[in-house]
Amino acid sequence: MANFEAGLYYSESHEYIRVEGEFGYIGISDYAQHALGNVVYVDMPEVDDEVTAGEEFGAVESVKAASDLISPVSGTVVEVNEALEDEPELLNQDAFANWIIKVQLSDPTELDNLMDVEAYKKHCE
Amino acid sequence: MNTNSQNHSAPSLTGRAGGESFKYFPHTEEDLDVMLQACGVGSVHDLFADVPEAARFQRDYELPQALSETDLRLFFEQLTHPLNAQQLICFAGAGCYDHYAPSVVQNLIQRSEFLTSYTPYQAEISQGTLHYIFEYQSMIAELTGMDISNASMYDGATATAEAAMMAWSSAKKATRVLVSETVDPKVRRVVETYAHFHGFPIQLIPAENGATSRAALDKELAEGGVAGVILQQPNYFGIVEDFTGIADAVHDQKGILVINANPSDLAILKTPGEWGADVAVGEGQSLGIPMTFGGPGVGFMACSEKLIRKMPGRIVGQTLDSRGQRAFVLTLQAREQHIRRQKATSNICSNQSLMALYVTIYLAVMGKEGLREAAEMSYAGAHSLCDKLLATGKFRLTFPGQPFFNEFCVDYDGDLDSLLSEATESGYLAGVKVGEKTLMLAVTEQRTPEEIDELVEILGEYKNEKI
Amino acid sequence: MNRTLYGNLIFELSKKGRKGYSLPQDYDRTHSTAELPEALRRKEAARLPECDELTVVRHYTNLSHNNFGVNDGFYPLGSCTMKYNPVINEEIAAMKAFAGLHPLQPAETCQGALEVYFNLQQSLAELAGLSEFTLNPCAGAHGELTGLMVIRKYHERVLSDSSTSEKVAAGNEPSPQQGGAGKGARTKVLIPDSAHGTNPASAAVCGLEVVEVKSLADGTVDVEHLRQLLEEMGDQVAAMMMTNPNTLGIFEPRVLEITEMVHKAGGLMYYDGANLNALLGECRPGDMGFDVMHINLHKTFSTPHGGGGPGSGPVGVRKGLEQFLPTPRVVLNEEEKQFRVEAPEGALGSVGSFFGNFGVMLKAYAYILSLGRENVKMVGPLATLNANYIKERLRDDYLLPIEGLCKHEVVFDGLVDKSTGVTTMDVAKRLLDYGYHAPTIYFPLLFHESLMIEPTENESKETIDAFIDVMHTIAAEAKSDPELVKTAPHNTPIGRVDDVLAAKHPITTYWKSLEA
Repeated sequence: MANFEAGLYYSESHEYIRVEGEFGYIGISDYAQHALGNVVYVDMPEVDDEVTAGEEFGAVESVKAASDLISPVSGTVVEVNEALEDEPELLNQDAFANWIIKVQLSDPTELDNLMDVEAYKKHCE
Repeated sequence: MNTNSQNHSAPSLTGRAGGESFKYFPHTEEDLDVMLQACGVGSVHDLFADVPEAARFQRDYELPQALSETDLRLFFEQLTHPLNAQQLICFAGAGCYDHYAPSVVQNLIQRSEFLTSYTPYQAEISQGTLHYIFEYQSMIAELTGMDISNASMYDGATATAEAAMMAWSSAKKATRVLVSETVDPKVRRVVETYAHFHGFPIQLIPAENGATSRAALDKELAEGGVAGVILQQPNYFGIVEDFTGIADAVHDQKGILVINANPSDLAILKTPGEWGADVAVGEGQSLGIPMTFGGPGVGFMACSEKLIRKMPGRIVGQTLDSRGQRAFVLTLQAREQHIRRQKATSNICSNQSLMALYVTIYLAVMGKEGLREAAEMSYAGAHSLCDKLLATGKFRLTFPGQPFFNEFCVDYDGDLDSLLSEATESGYLAGVKVGEKTLMLAVTEQRTPEEIDELVEILGEYKNEKI
Repeated sequence: MNRTLYGNLIFELSKKGRKGYSLPQDYDRTHSTAELPEALRRKEAARLPECDELTVVRHYTNLSHNNFGVNDGFYPLGSCTMKYNPVINEEIAAMKAFAGLHPLQPAETCQGALEVYFNLQQSLAELAGLSEFTLNPCAGAHGELTGLMVIRKYHERVLSDSSTSEKVAAGNEPSPQQGGAGKGARTKVLIPDSAHGTNPASAAVCGLEVVEVKSLADGTVDVEHLRQLLEEMGDQVAAMMMTNPNTLGIFEPRVLEITEMVHKAGGLMYYDGANLNALLGECRPGDMGFDVMHINLHKTFSTPHGGGGPGSGPVGVRKGLEQFLPTPRVVLNEEEKQFRVEAPEGALGSVGSFFGNFGVMLKAYAYILSLGRENVKMVGPLATLNANYIKERLRDDYLLPIEGLCKHEVVFDGLVDKSTGVTTMDVAKRLLDYGYHAPTIYFPLLFHESLMIEPTENESKETIDAFIDVMHTIAAEAKSDPELVKTAPHNTPIGRVDDVLAAKHPITTYWKSLEA
């Protein structure tokens, strides 16, 4: 069974964002990593790249599937999780501890369009 | 073709005309009865009851009647009568070469386990195919000096077009892909066709004395916005170009360098990898594949490690099986169309597998020394022919001072068409006309000194010139 | 097939000083590559293997024993049409007289080859109910792309013809580099969600935007959804791509209505010939209203798959679209009774250097001539009979999700009894133990446990009955000994492979494996 972590914002395409001040950590939900199976590669943007809410910023690949990563918010990439380059399986081990990118939010009101954990749970049923 | 359209006897209840059997259809009348009954229909045509009447095909095809095997052989023998398929002594190249084809290669690729198998999706019963593709990838990577190779593509032209699309999709703020005018015009045309429909501009870099104009290339690179640069080595005119410094200039503005190379010459020539290319592509036909009127050949594509997930086509990787044995498997499939659909790196969903096997066995037979020896002989033959043609006084080098490998261009002041006809009459394909006055000739290790001398005699002594 | 793995790589058999070739030694050695400037030469010789001839012969013969082809056994791979590859076709394709032809030699010296090309394209036109084919595309996907290019070229022409005056006035001629993507361009292509992944991928390569058309529960096109899409965006639709019978092996019952609707909106209909085998003798794409199509010679016309290629993907068009076909084109000059190679104005461009995979065309042409008009028409009916027979005989143990007639292939949704945990993957792998190739699995995507079986017309009742028996045996094993099935295969040269290991740290060359 998938875990659901409270206190995060979720998108319909199964990304989460953990907001800390003007920054947000974006990753994929535990539900999403379950659905994908063994992750073998994470395609990530570069630092300073711009991301836009609702648009793709990378992809997660398993052996038999590939899924685009859709940014839940707009902003600038300030850090990427380089550990995922060599150990993409970290996403399978703990999807919430292993975020993919850290962004500086340009429009925090976009968070209002996202789901809280209860709504996301329902979305996944 | 004889397309006698008279109608045949009406199909029987089970659908077979006159109840005759045919060598590729094993169904007897008795089989048909049992099977139709199991399906709950009276005739095979009832299985098409869901096809709207207006779409049903109700007559005989306008095709010839079935030929027996004997008649089929006779038919093709007539098509290959010397007048219909003249076996000319070949001094033509321009992308298709008459190289030595070792006997064992033709024999081994006919093995039905290779020939009649499908794409190796079921790894447990496809290790033969997966194994040779892994060898092929290793050989291509080594020849081109690149990190990785895919499992092969349709031909050299489409591989180049795919590389152009790779360049375009890798670039973030580019405005065009540059292609040298010294790239084979047939390849350029395919690249332009793909680019036109895919939706990105191709810009031609002009040639200077038969080689890519460095001044023009540098100017374009200085302007920026270049997603990629496509060059050819040896180039279309046979010239070995010096690409020193180009890779750095391309990389400085985040473009990728694509070199289309002739793999048989890479036994000797500096590799795309050594030139700093990001992608190496080309046509593998020169690795001993018979010309067969231009196909099948095999396109190859190799690239640097960092582009592995941008590379189109099949890739075979090494892994372990459940018993701990080394095994091979199709890998990185998440790039491909059956998973990514419209977001795939390309729409290609096959490789030219059997021709990749051809190349693999050819390179195994020729090996390190053989490939070099064949290249050496081709080089020596071409330069010998060139010397002798110039000595006749009727020809002069189109691009003086340029180093060439086994193909070169000469200008002729007379009527080139009638000269070529004269050569054809004598059983020679004297080359390919690449300009009003320009003839391009190729020599491989297949051409004997006697053939070279005879061609020089024919071309040198031809009198009936309209000047 | 061997049960044990033959494991050496050719590089591991190499020993310095051995050679497997012989070349003539008498040639003019006046020149050598040492003349070339050092900057143009490679630093170190390529590390190719050094082997004697017998070592090479044994190595590749042993490799072949780890493979499984149509000649080895039943190959019911859905949507791949693994029919028999007649041996005579190989003999003809290997004729020295064809092998020695250079593609640029004068047309008058290779009339036989041009005749093969011309007659094959004419035969295909008759079989498809279309006007003309190009044989230049090298594979089905290549054909799809070429066919979509024809469609775009046609729309570019329509657009420029209809608005030339307007544009000239505005000084607004569309750039030839932009793929006609300017104002009024038709850039959308409608594709059923059940389509093979190659369709949307080809559309994307061709610069078109994919719009999915929904399927009904029975897997056929939702015509009402199509109508709605055409109302919304009909004037932007370049084409609709369809496979018929569709990827579930079902004939689209409303195909005539669909082609008419799309035509009315100004779009063209593209026929994906992947499943053409079902229709030979019964129905032609041209008669259903399709404008452009490709054929896979390696499916419908019996040329061998060769472990993944070379194939051939001829593209046919209805009357009026011939001018857009790619160059080179082979035409017959009726007066001179000579075949010519032409590159007419108005063509979409080129999709390959020469004439495509000519060697493959020879095999397909020999096949058509062997069958003749009296046997070609039995291909679809017999293939369809075999598939329906399997459908009826397996539906007790395998879940048939869609009732009714199928065409040349049948799709099951795994075992009826799902309680054992035995999946479609397991059934497929267990089949390998019994000496069969697996069916296509997990496609179409409409069902979770798809198992798609295509028997072809060449298989006898005995072969099919034996296969059916084995399928029943596996269903019984799934109940009595599920572990046996879940851990299959057991009798093959290797067991299941570790896909994750391969993808996570790709080793794709021998050189890389040495580092690991």
